[in-house]
Amino acid sequence: MTVHMKRHGESKRGDASDGREAVGGRLSRVDGPPKITGAAKYAVEQQLDGLAYAVLVESTIAAGKVRSIDTEAAESAPGVLRVLTPDNIPPLKTASDWLGTPPPDAPYYPLARDITFSGQHVAAVVAETFEQAVAAAALVKVSYDEAPAIVDLSDAKAGDGIPIDAMTKEWGDAEAAFAAAPVRICAAYNTPREYQAPMEPHGLIARWQGDQLTVWEPSQWLDGMARTYAEWFGVPFENVRLVSPYIGGGFGSKALALGHGAVAAIAARMLERPVRLVMTRPQTFTGYGGRAATRQTVTIGADAEGKIQSIVHRGVNETSIDGMWVEPLGSTTSIMYATPNFSSRQNVVRVNSVVPGAMRAPGENPSAFGIESAIDELAYEVGIDPLEIRLRNYAEEDPHAKKAWSTRQLREAYAVGAERFGWSKRSPQPRSMRDGNQLIGWGVAAGTYPVRRAYGEAMVRILADGSVEVESSSIDMGQGTYTILAQTAAETLGVPADNVVVKLGDSRFARAGVTGGSRLAGVMTGAVHKAASAALDELVALAISDPRSPFHALQANTLVVANGRIASPRGDGPEVSIAELLASVGRDRIEAKGDTMPANSTAEERYKNYTTIAMALPHTEGDYSRYSWCAHFIEVRVDEDFGTVRVSRVVSALDSGRLYNPKLAESQWKGGIIMGIGQALLEEGIVDRRHGRIVNNNLADYLVPTNADIPDIEVISVGIPDPHSSALGGKGVGELAIVGVAPAIANAVFHATGKRIRDLPITLEKLI
Amino acid sequence: MRDFSYLRASSVDAAQLASALPGAMLLAGGTTLVDLAKCGVAEPDTLVDITHLKGLDAITVDDRGATIGALAKMSGVADHADIKSRFPAVSEALWQAASAQIRNMATIGGNLMQRTRCPYFRDGENFPACNKRAPGSGCSAIGGVTRGHAVLGTSEACIATYPGDLAVALVAFDALVHLGDRQVAVDDFFLLPGATPEREHAIQPGEVITAISIPGTPAARRSTYLKVRDRQSYEFAAASAAVGIEFEADGRTIRDLRVALGGVATKPWRARGVEEALRGKVLEPDAVKRASLLAVEGAVDHGANHYKIELAPRVVARAILKLGETA
Repeated sequence: MTVHMKRHGESKRGDASDGREAVGGRLSRVDGPPKITGAAKYAVEQQLDGLAYAVLVESTIAAGKVRSIDTEAAESAPGVLRVLTPDNIPPLKTASDWLGTPPPDAPYYPLARDITFSGQHVAAVVAETFEQAVAAAALVKVSYDEAPAIVDLSDAKAGDGIPIDAMTKEWGDAEAAFAAAPVRICAAYNTPREYQAPMEPHGLIARWQGDQLTVWEPSQWLDGMARTYAEWFGVPFENVRLVSPYIGGGFGSKALALGHGAVAAIAARMLERPVRLVMTRPQTFTGYGGRAATRQTVTIGADAEGKIQSIVHRGVNETSIDGMWVEPLGSTTSIMYATPNFSSRQNVVRVNSVVPGAMRAPGENPSAFGIESAIDELAYEVGIDPLEIRLRNYAEEDPHAKKAWSTRQLREAYAVGAERFGWSKRSPQPRSMRDGNQLIGWGVAAGTYPVRRAYGEAMVRILADGSVEVESSSIDMGQGTYTILAQTAAETLGVPADNVVVKLGDSRFARAGVTGGSRLAGVMTGAVHKAASAALDELVALAISDPRSPFHALQANTLVVANGRIASPRGDGPEVSIAELLASVGRDRIEAKGDTMPANSTAEERYKNYTTIAMALPHTEGDYSRYSWCAHFIEVRVDEDFGTVRVSRVVSALDSGRLYNPKLAESQWKGGIIMGIGQALLEEGIVDRRHGRIVNNNLADYLVPTNADIPDIEVISVGIPDPHSSALGGKGVGELAIVGVAPAIANAVFHATGKRIRDLPITLEKLI
Repeated sequence: MRDFSYLRASSVDAAQLASALPGAMLLAGGTTLVDLAKCGVAEPDTLVDITHLKGLDAITVDDRGATIGALAKMSGVADHADIKSRFPAVSEALWQAASAQIRNMATIGGNLMQRTRCPYFRDGENFPACNKRAPGSGCSAIGGVTRGHAVLGTSEACIATYPGDLAVALVAFDALVHLGDRQVAVDDFFLLPGATPEREHAIQPGEVITAISIPGTPAARRSTYLKVRDRQSYEFAAASAAVGIEFEADGRTIRDLRVALGGVATKPWRARGVEEALRGKVLEPDAVKRASLLAVEGAVDHGANHYKIELAPRVVARAILKLGETA
């Protein structure tokens, strides 16, 4: 998909001179107008001849076996082309995981005979129209042999789970130091199943042409998903094309090819027709995983001044019966505070659920709910300010990796946030601030997210008319990739951003790794900068050396390009536009494809880099430990009689290093904070324990915040360029801001009411 | 595919005739019907579209009261100047219901026919047992996830909560439902589930809601609708109260009091016990709080919805005291 840098309703034509369009400028999102006007076509909106429609049939039991599937009525229903069951689909090959681990040599059936959770795909109906497929799907009769299910972490059958040794982090003697500490606190913190709930549900159109598969599908990772489809069907990677022009929200849920995609691609192959399959909203609650439910105990031993002596942390998250998801619960715990003694261990418990998945800041987010609530409890236990206790235990280096922080502006975040919020006016006692029936509470909590790094690739073309094209198979799911890559190319090449066209979301473009872990901006600005620099070098070299160039006689060593025009540095020669230069030397384009991988990388390494996460660079590689940081200051109002909590004020100070576009970064931070408000107060997948099934599987019953739930949010950047984290100095933005919001709200609720809520969400019945 | 007939009614008489056909359902704003059809609960054989009937969307207000045509939109009634000044609880109930988009589509007649949000009622594929959806099949909610379920007016057959807001205000002020020539008190229009939870309304085949009327009373004029909910907007009530007060000339003694509850009962719930306890009394916080406990007399919880028994009297008391402050 192509987005032109044409802005609407602005009288001033943007150019690089006003600073908005350079890297670091506040350019508005260039994909905004097509989205607002409806011109943007999402993946499943593609119009294809002969399109057939598939609808999934899902299990209504949580554990057991499919005894039989009666498809007779469905097959004879009007318009039905095929009813797919485990018995009539060809087996696929099991694909490798996202680390590229070679898969077992076993067939993969995306329609299940063995049922391990309610809502598992067991059949699919393909018909000429969507309505016919829906109606026929209701006629498919599945009978089961039901078995007892483990419904959730609290199920007596669940047990203690599997120790995940790789999650163990220990130094000193945490148990002994805790036993010897004069001040000790210990509490359990729980988070429920939460769901990404993107506005655009998951779905795709799959089309086969011979052995070539094209998939139009919202995707956070075109190359990774193309690899999975290729492995499933045993075709070369190059035979699969993923197209994902716009994505209506992902939040981690659209990074991997999922079972429903396999079903649609199988159907398309069997019918030799393009097939569209879109999940219903209820299906999005069981067709893939949300955030796993978690339980943590946090034990802190401290001296009388609140200086931490020991942290003992134990975590558990749920996973599925036959899949493995580890939500790293010790990730924030182990780095936020300096402590001489530390122990964190984690178990994973199998329950009859779909395998949980990535949701905005997996690990760091629930981890922070534990440690950032516990440190607040310690502050009250010791009798000091919750902000002060954080400063007393400030980690001057990474306490786990024992390395210097690349940059850590957390102290600045505390200072600036507290000042803007007016923290010094806080009355320390719980229940001491009130407005009529409303108890007012102020809470603080910190957040963090590691800087995930990888190698990137980009194609930059300078065209005959002087315009510039950037191509990448990375994507824009609303964070602003189209915009910041245009800014990067414009600044590097010295052209107005208006003249840059960014093309994303097609796996035929220059390759890209996953858009997840808040890494895309850092990776891709680096790649575009590198490719654009190469294109610029070639342009200047042409201008200097080509006998037909107007600069040839100048015998200059270099030339400058600004605002799309080329001149000598001293301004003593001709000045021509890029288009004029290309015309004079007889070139219709200059093209540079560049990547940031080591120069001697093999083709295999490159493939691995873009289609797995195995090549990602550790955030503690070399001499530094690299993280983004933030501090949230939040005011809540709790109705004393009703128990309702409303967030009335948020001030957050955040360190994401250098911001490539502050306007877009602020928007992402605010989005994270809003999602954190939902997590704190509203969001919970509620399981019917008799059926092992989520009952609030729709957006009327699974509550996410409305505008009315959201106050004015002030976000302040305290970051400085971090040369160790990315080529242009930025750190991660997208996930950071949700981390710490829920504990800041829980801490504020305690301050308001004197009640410590350790189970999210903080609903009214917990407070009345 | 499930086919159905579509008839566009040209007159109220025609709509009444068509609605008597087996499996016929009326289509007005469609906000409930389309939703329930999508989840397989509503399966009409004939849709009778009444949206083109003329004159059914009129709102007239005078000293005797208000008459609101069945096809008036929720947003239109909520924003009507005379409704706002003479029946503030009605306007407030509408404003706090649903979303702006739904309020612009949904009609007043359709609003009265709104069905419960009980998740077991809405998902027949996974939870076949539901006496409301499939009479005699049992109740999946009892013993299940009950946080949103009713504590008042329940039966062994059904504990589904009546979800609406408007009817709570209507039942407080003795509104009438006009079914053509017949008129039924709103309180009688909504039926308790008893052994027949599939019957929710006192409406017969061949009857069409044409209007509602609300008597103009001093208590309706000094009224409010207080809705407590998990989310600040687009969310059903955890507990709500429609309250109206008329004071004696002294401005303190309660002459008339109207109290109805939402979000806690199987139908819009008139709390006459609270009204009787306070009628003739001076409005005073402790007395109001004590009397408000009568709002949940006879309440039965099913575990996770116990909080509603605590919450509802507090909502009632707050609403009464709020009206007292404006005296």
